[in-house]
Amino acid sequence: MAGLDPLNPWRRLLALPNESRAKTLFIAFAVSAICALLVSGATVLLRPIQTANRAAEAQARIESLVRGIPGMAPILEQSGGTLSTVVIDLEDGSAAEEVTPATLDEALSEPSNWTALDRGEDLAGLGRRPDYAQIYLLREGEDISLVLLPISGAGYNGRIDAVLALRGDMNTIAGMAVTRHSETPGLGARIEEPAWLDNFPGTETRGPDGNLRFSVARGEASSVYEVDGITGATRTSNAITQMIRFWLGPEGYGPLMAAIRREEF
Amino acid sequence: MTTRTPLLHILTDPLLRQNPVTLQILGICSALAVTTSLATAITMCVSLTVVVTLAAGIISTIRRHIPDSIRLIVQIVIIASLVIVIDQVLQAWFAEISRTLSIFVALITTNCLVLGRTESFARHNAPLPAMTDAFGNGLGYSLILVVIGGLRELFGQGQLLGRQVLPLAETGGWFTPLSLMLLAPSAFFLLGGLVWAIRSIRPEQAEVPEHMPPKAEPAE
Repeated sequence: MAGLDPLNPWRRLLALPNESRAKTLFIAFAVSAICALLVSGATVLLRPIQTANRAAEAQARIESLVRGIPGMAPILEQSGGTLSTVVIDLEDGSAAEEVTPATLDEALSEPSNWTALDRGEDLAGLGRRPDYAQIYLLREGEDISLVLLPISGAGYNGRIDAVLALRGDMNTIAGMAVTRHSETPGLGARIEEPAWLDNFPGTETRGPDGNLRFSVARGEASSVYEVDGITGATRTSNAITQMIRFWLGPEGYGPLMAAIRREEF
Repeated sequence: MTTRTPLLHILTDPLLRQNPVTLQILGICSALAVTTSLATAITMCVSLTVVVTLAAGIISTIRRHIPDSIRLIVQIVIIASLVIVIDQVLQAWFAEISRTLSIFVALITTNCLVLGRTESFARHNAPLPAMTDAFGNGLGYSLILVVIGGLRELFGQGQLLGRQVLPLAETGGWFTPLSLMLLAPSAFFLLGGLVWAIRSIRPEQAEVPEHMPPKAEPAE
């Protein structure tokens, strides 16, 4: 009778002395399996909510960036306080036709929608660049008065994500907000402090000859193309310089900015 | 262990008489780090209490089947998994608070309080008393955190749970915030003061000095 009982092997296993090798292995395996299930279950089930939270946070930061730019609050109120969101094709700087903000994540999960960067082009240390990017436009009548460009690059300790706001002339920086970084607290991490970010508004990116001249200075800014450096965080400062130069250059938003200047947007 | 301690006693014992923070000085790393405001302290308390209670329940249920040779790792795996689940839940529904708590939720895993309870109590007792004991210890920990967190927020910012209680001098009131209260050392001072207060009321908690101060003796 006992031999037919389906629970029998289970009982026999549990009845083994705790110190036997089989039981030790079995308990170790069972505990890890159950815990693995628990952890992966929680992660998978809760991920959508967490992603939504992060998106809301990024949105809030972008809004506070716009509100912090002098003179932007009245314009925002005029246009209903909302920005138009556009997904652009970085290759030619035009609005992407197949990809919308809702399907952007999906599109970027396809490796074919990324472009590998040569060492020479890859100022920001990214390795590869997405072909699509979601940008925000603020219009005054027909003219674009402000664009918000998400940028990213390799910092000292990891990736830095930021949003750069450019005025309608596509040359003057209207503001900058760092949305994610993992720089050294107290040194490089000061890039997210308003005190430093307040340096950006009014800084110009290109000289009269059209060449990119923006940089984070060593020490105090000495020209209209520079912002103050952060003492003790040379690598982080350089990373910001390179990141902005890359994204304003031909591999980044260069085509888009050209299109806006031609008033094709 | 052998005598049946009433559940109520198991529950209330760790609140003051056997408080894990002030008597056993366990889990003070997090107690110091997350008490700058009452809200973070309360979130941390709830998370820790949930983790320690569930861990005690699970470990006590399988206590007869945990081989001695791997018992610590089995306990830590169970605790760590519970902590990850709690952390994910916080990130999903309490994103703001979870950012302020940052690493400290994950560090509940290494909080000696949790492993201490599962190792010393849950492993030898039935699930109900084990969970009661863990819950009581969680409450004892919470009590201290809430007291310290409340004091720090009140004197550091003049607020309680983000609401202005003491009118600030800046805005025309009389209270000047003590910035020291927002820094880590103040937590040490408060905890030290609390331990001293409890031990003067209950002298039986004071430890026998392990070392006597060396007397000036001539060198041999």
